[in-house]
Amino acid sequence: MDYAIETQGLRKRFGEKTAVSDLTLTVRQGEVFGFLGPNGAGKTTSIKMLLALVKPSAGTAQVLGAPVGNLEARSRIGFLPEHFRFHDWLTARELLRFHGRLYHIPAARLLSRIEELLVRVDLQDAGDLRLREYSKGMLQRIGLAQALLNQPQLVFLDEPTSGLDPLGRLLVRDIIRDLRREGTAVFLNSHLLGEVEVSCDRVAFVKKGVVVREMALQEKQNTMELELKLGQVAPEILAGLLQFGKNPSIRNGHVRVQVTDENSIPEIACWLVQQGVKIYQLSMVKQSLEALFLEIMGEDERPG
Amino acid sequence: MYGWLTMAHLTLHEARQRKVLFAMLILGLAFLSLFTTGFYFISRNVQTEHGMSPQGRQLVLSNVVMAGFYAVNFLLVMTAVLTPVDTISGEIGSGVIQTLVTKPVRRSEILLGKWLGYWMILVIYLTLMTGGILLAVRVIGKFTPPDLKIGIPLMLLEGTLLLTLSIAGGTRLSTIANGVMVFGLYGLAFIGGWMEQIGTLLGNSTTRYIGIISSLVVPSESLWQLAAYRMQPPLMRDLHLTPFSPVSIPSSNMVVWAAIYTIVVLGVALRQFSQRNL
Repeated sequence: MDYAIETQGLRKRFGEKTAVSDLTLTVRQGEVFGFLGPNGAGKTTSIKMLLALVKPSAGTAQVLGAPVGNLEARSRIGFLPEHFRFHDWLTARELLRFHGRLYHIPAARLLSRIEELLVRVDLQDAGDLRLREYSKGMLQRIGLAQALLNQPQLVFLDEPTSGLDPLGRLLVRDIIRDLRREGTAVFLNSHLLGEVEVSCDRVAFVKKGVVVREMALQEKQNTMELELKLGQVAPEILAGLLQFGKNPSIRNGHVRVQVTDENSIPEIACWLVQQGVKIYQLSMVKQSLEALFLEIMGEDERPG
Repeated sequence: MYGWLTMAHLTLHEARQRKVLFAMLILGLAFLSLFTTGFYFISRNVQTEHGMSPQGRQLVLSNVVMAGFYAVNFLLVMTAVLTPVDTISGEIGSGVIQTLVTKPVRRSEILLGKWLGYWMILVIYLTLMTGGILLAVRVIGKFTPPDLKIGIPLMLLEGTLLLTLSIAGGTRLSTIANGVMVFGLYGLAFIGGWMEQIGTLLGNSTTRYIGIISSLVVPSESLWQLAAYRMQPPLMRDLHLTPFSPVSIPSSNMVVWAAIYTIVVLGVALRQFSQRNL
């Protein structure tokens, strides 16, 4: 299978500090891939390595079938950095024309592409304003247009909704949806887990510079969590729940267990009654990405 | 369009948009107006009131022209160092560079394009200023300094060398540190050049060698001294009566060294910029 991104043991050290210790992941062609992790986990350094902004200390990476930094592959990549910065003395049209020239897009095609993108990011009326006159949200949108100029096969979006109001976020979500429909792979780094949950096909969780889990969001949707308020819960009861589901645990005085089949619910209730355990409450909880994130990162990653 | 041409075009566009070219034009015209006015009255003075000999008149006019060129040379040095001092380090610091170097363009093209853009600004500035001075002295004083075809390119080489140092420093240092470094090196060359002249005049070989070594470290001042030497009438050169008539005349080897120096510094800048983390 051809991957948009394929990395193996990518590592980056800055002096004594290891920013990324093992980045091993794959992103498929045409999928929207969420890259999640707490601050300082090495997400931005990872993106920079994939874009040849930072030279890896070890490991290998292929982007669009070519080694990282390959010029031909770069002509098929778009990038919106976190906190997009620009030459603010340019107008939006001039900025897009300049970046289009760097992509070697023929002049006639570039002009029509610029107009198309200005409409797409809802800036057609502000195209001749200098960027220093733009609001933060407008700048983020023109940055997005810049990343899409070359109709890329792979787009890196680093916090694309940063600084956007709810309507702006909706616009970004629509653009990501359109990109997926057009077969463009999107590598999305976002702190807004709700956005990721809505937009992404698969996600990777990175913790202390290591990809600790890579999963399809469909997989998460198939996993339900049963929450039980019980009387006395002996350790053998928790262990016994393993026959019905995964990861039984006690959180906030409630017992939780992950199940994949609704039929497990009456079986669990029946078994608990047989064990003499009193059931006060029983409910199904759909696991949010946020809950999954906290579970994977663990309590030690929570500030405060 | 090639990446480096796009970058050169953007650099010129930036200079225009940020009023750099405008400021250069207005202040350049102010400088030329002042010079022309002063030259007009001095020229009238040496023609009529004192009844000077043609040689004496030539000495005075040549001195005034050299004073003008000296000021232009100083302004050229400032322009060469200050206009590009922020171009790489500033864009690295702000993050602007990230969207540029991820395009299908080599980093070397980005740096070379910027270098070319600033070099063109330098050429425009030098042409405007020296052209203005030469036009004024030709029209008013019917005087043309000798060896302009050698002197002005030497001044351009001096500016090119400092411009290249300024861009190269930006690939490694912050804007302020870069500015301090390039002006510090220029100061070293400047005082070294004077040490060489004074040492030669007094026959003190140690001082002279210190000056020569400093000229090898940064050959900018030697280029100006050679340019000044060539653009004066032979009588002025040989009398060594003014600060523009060096006693120790830089050799043509120093020009070759300055050209090699500039190419090597540019090569180091390209290597630094291509390899550094952004």
